[in-house]
Amino acid sequence: MNVPPDLLYTEEHEWARVEGDRARVGITDHAQSELGDIVYVELPEVGARVAKGQAFGVVESVKSVSDLYAPVSGEVVAVNGALGEAPETVNRDPYGDGWMIEIRMTDPKETESLLRAPEYRRLVE
Amino acid sequence: MNGEGQAPGAVGLVGLAEPSIYARSRPGRRGVRPPAGFAPEVDVADALLGVRLREVPPGLPETSEPEVVRHFTRLSQLNYAVDTGFYPLGSCTMKHNPRIGEELAQLAGFARLHPAVPEEAAQGALELMWRLEEALCEISGMARATLQPAAGAQGELCGMLIVRAYHASRGEGRRKVIVPDSAHGTNPATAAMAGFEVVEVPSDARGGVDVGALSRALDGDTAALMLTNPNTLGLFDENIAEIARLTHEAGALLYYDGANANAILGVSRPGDMGFDIVHFNLHKTFSTPHGMGGPGAGPVAVRDFLAPFLPVPVVERRREGSRETFRFDWDRPQSIGRLRSHYGNFGVLVRAYAYIRALGAEGLRRVSEDAVLNANYLMRLVARDFDLPYDRLCKHEFVVSAKGLRERTGVRALDVAKRLLDFGYHPPTVYFPLIVEEAMMVEPTETETKETLDDFARALHAIAEEAAREPDRLREAPTRTPVRRLDEAGAARRPVVRYPAG
Amino acid sequence: MYYGPHTEEDRQAMLAFLGAETVEDLFADIPAELRLGRPLDLPEALDETALRRLFRGLAAKNADADRFVVFAGGGVADHYVPAAIAPLLARGEFLTAYTPYQPEVSQGTLAGIVEFQTMMCELTGLDVANASMYDGASATAEAALLALDQTKRSRILCPDTLPPDVRATIRTYLSGPGGEVDVVPCPEGSFTSERLQAALAARPGAYAAVVVGYPNYFGIVEDLAALCEVAHRAGALAIAYCDPIALGLLESPGALGADVAVGDGQPLGNAMSFGGPSFGFFAARDRFIRRMPGRIAGLTRDLSGREGSVLTLQTREQHIRRARATSNICTNNALNALAAAIYLALLGPAGLREVATACVQNAHAAMERLRAAGARPAFPGPFFKEWVVELPDPREDAVDRVLAVGLARGVVAGTPLAREYPALSRHLLVCVTEARTREEVERLAAVIEEAASS
Ligand SMILES: Cc1ncc(COP(=O)(O)O)c(C=O)c1O
Repeated sequence: MNVPPDLLYTEEHEWARVEGDRARVGITDHAQSELGDIVYVELPEVGARVAKGQAFGVVESVKSVSDLYAPVSGEVVAVNGALGEAPETVNRDPYGDGWMIEIRMTDPKETESLLRAPEYRRLVE
Repeated sequence: MNGEGQAPGAVGLVGLAEPSIYARSRPGRRGVRPPAGFAPEVDVADALLGVRLREVPPGLPETSEPEVVRHFTRLSQLNYAVDTGFYPLGSCTMKHNPRIGEELAQLAGFARLHPAVPEEAAQGALELMWRLEEALCEISGMARATLQPAAGAQGELCGMLIVRAYHASRGEGRRKVIVPDSAHGTNPATAAMAGFEVVEVPSDARGGVDVGALSRALDGDTAALMLTNPNTLGLFDENIAEIARLTHEAGALLYYDGANANAILGVSRPGDMGFDIVHFNLHKTFSTPHGMGGPGAGPVAVRDFLAPFLPVPVVERRREGSRETFRFDWDRPQSIGRLRSHYGNFGVLVRAYAYIRALGAEGLRRVSEDAVLNANYLMRLVARDFDLPYDRLCKHEFVVSAKGLRERTGVRALDVAKRLLDFGYHPPTVYFPLIVEEAMMVEPTETETKETLDDFARALHAIAEEAAREPDRLREAPTRTPVRRLDEAGAARRPVVRYPAG
Repeated sequence: MYYGPHTEEDRQAMLAFLGAETVEDLFADIPAELRLGRPLDLPEALDETALRRLFRGLAAKNADADRFVVFAGGGVADHYVPAAIAPLLARGEFLTAYTPYQPEVSQGTLAGIVEFQTMMCELTGLDVANASMYDGASATAEAALLALDQTKRSRILCPDTLPPDVRATIRTYLSGPGGEVDVVPCPEGSFTSERLQAALAARPGAYAAVVVGYPNYFGIVEDLAALCEVAHRAGALAIAYCDPIALGLLESPGALGADVAVGDGQPLGNAMSFGGPSFGFFAARDRFIRRMPGRIAGLTRDLSGREGSVLTLQTREQHIRRARATSNICTNNALNALAAAIYLALLGPAGLREVATACVQNAHAAMERLRAAGARPAFPGPFFKEWVVELPDPREDAVDRVLAVGLARGVVAGTPLAREYPALSRHLLVCVTEARTREEVERLAAVIEEAASS
């Protein structure tokens, strides 16, 4: 199970890569492997507001639907539009090309309550 | 799709792929000739002055009758059906469909009857509906019924809207509907569609409703509890009387999803169990054909205090001496309205009424006895190779789990299902109910022989052994079907839901 | 008649295997007080001969279209049904299969659905169609729910020229989410864009969709393009409730701007069957595909690269999304939809156009004949296969008289309108399909004359 050490995690299996006041968000390798073939990702529009712990979109496999939860609060400043055409990217490269949204954080302190890599690893193993 | 690349001669082989009807289309080819009409002198452009007519004809196939007959016959040959083999698809009651029902429903007096004929010219149809209602009320222990809903799910919607209307008539706006975690998907979907908030309660260790959790969930905001009994695990909830008492004490109504009624005909009635509203799936319990997914019918029966809320119209009988007449009653101010056009899937009602009249009281009870006998017998045979999550008597169906098999061999319920196809069986329902891991839900029905059940159990045994020896054989299954496993992910990612026309 | 195969020996052997003495033991989990301690009170069992006698007796009391000439319409009509349909539908592989959950052994069903979906797209001029709904009215109601969800608005607007049963069904379905239906009276028998505009302006931003009959309940072909445009300007979706036969001749609703086209499939090769089963069709623009109700089949390939089809986009549906599904529909009306696919394949574009043309010609010729008998059309406006006649008989019970004389003369004269349209208490909706003859229309004219003079 790939759990990159430089990311932060939620208990709902999202990851966040924090740079300055920006957080890029996706789902973990564990999540994509549990879901199986991902067929559809529904994401908010740029400019939407998201709140920590609230659903911001959904990810679907052939026979399941899961909500995506925001790891931090803020404004969506970028959305990975390529997932519309190629949702399978999330399976192939969950931490890279399979990213989902980028949030400009309103409260960077929220990251403190996110899980570090070793904690997340313990959660899923 | 266009048949290119197929070896010469392969187009006639039974059980091999059939290109789309569009592949048989050639410009100018004609099939049947419709009546020409008697007034060719009428100028259509004149008659439809100001109306935009099509300049481009719709892209329908241009074929001949022999081509059409051959195409659809060949398509049919790619299907598995009750008529071709054992179909133990749990929760769907895939029993034999008596052909007398087909014959009777085709009688011109039924099949060629327009719904707007005056009531005095539809007395046979109205009488049939009235008597079917009467029979369903007797079977369910209810006072009145509507035959309007087109399927189980629409029956549920009818029931939930009756629940709303009932509470509203008492000045209450209860918002919650409780369903067990073993519920069929239509139950929560329907409750939500009717505007309720859905609350799930867990099942207990015996597979029934967790009564403690239920009593905590029930409150003054609870509008109804939706149950099926026997439930989707095939288990009769022994606490049903207590559940009914708790539900009614909270001021809520108890709804019976009758998809599993094949287990209880003449044995126990939902009304006697304490239910207030019942839907039947005539295409299951009363053996009208499933038609690849319909048409069905989902009549809803209710206690007398809920009768004012039934959809319009209802059929009423008038007796003058020995003479009976039947009419529609449209004047029902508390009715929830109508759920569809006309009076229901009447052709399905004819078949169901024929089934009830063919069997009579004794026959219907025998249906349930044999359905339960077959299910228990097969359950014990299958339990040698699969886990029984709830080891107790089952009713008309049972659920086993392939969890142990998966742990031992890595093979999943899905693989077992696919391998069954190679053995010539339709697989059970898999991955439902959701509360059993690697679930396989088996419903043999009363119309199957002991030999069929024995053979099916032997096939499952052989598959379980194969799983240990050659698991890949299962993962690659099926190999003996017209197509092999299909790329469902690809289909969902980039949906192509039509053929190119022409 | 009992259809189970067990001999007494089978039962004994199975019970013995289970360690049970009698079958009663298998019901030990049902508390005694909940068991029915008596036989059900039902009429005695019948063999096939007795069943035939009983059902033929019931059938004989109905004025069916084999024995009566049927001019009733209003959504169900006596159209030509090609002979090849019934034997194909009777094939057990179609008749006794269920929803194609196992695509490897359901390719016939699935290919049939994709063909059906293709044909519905072609008829409606829209991008995607589903595998069928219960009927036209419930399909329309589901389209209204889609519009509510899509626009986050809560009202639906329709004219009173939309069939009354369709309006009533929308109202019932909308009562769940608390939506409202507003009906615009159209005393001239068709919906004008001025009336629509005025109604929309009365509640700005309130309407999720405008639903229009095409043709409408009175047979009149509404100006769909203009109505769609006005609806769109108000941010509402345009839903067209269509007669599928008319779509062989009229411009498609998609081309005229409709977002969703729905309708009832009875005219496409299905028996009238006292109003059911038929099926509902549901077609929409691409962008609504993930909000559509019901089953959808899609093309794909198998492991070895062979083409095939599967049920797709299932995450919309109740078995996966449960309380958040786009609809609760599960069983639909698949066999009736297959009848339509066979019908349309047998007729082709030319045949369908001929049927539609013959409807228009027959109906207009019949209109002239009835006018000569004193039964004038109630509304102006171009009509397709049915229209409203005002009976020449000034008495209040003119309709009942015509219907009664008709039955005595082997004619079902039309659909009465008074229950839904009190102003039309001396009127009949008369439907003349391609299957009617000049001689039959003469009989209807004679019935109207006889009733007026009796
Ligand atoms: C337990 C249960 N409830 C409800 C339904 C829904 O019935 P229908 O498919 O007729 O709408 C089904 C059938 O699929 C079922 O098995």
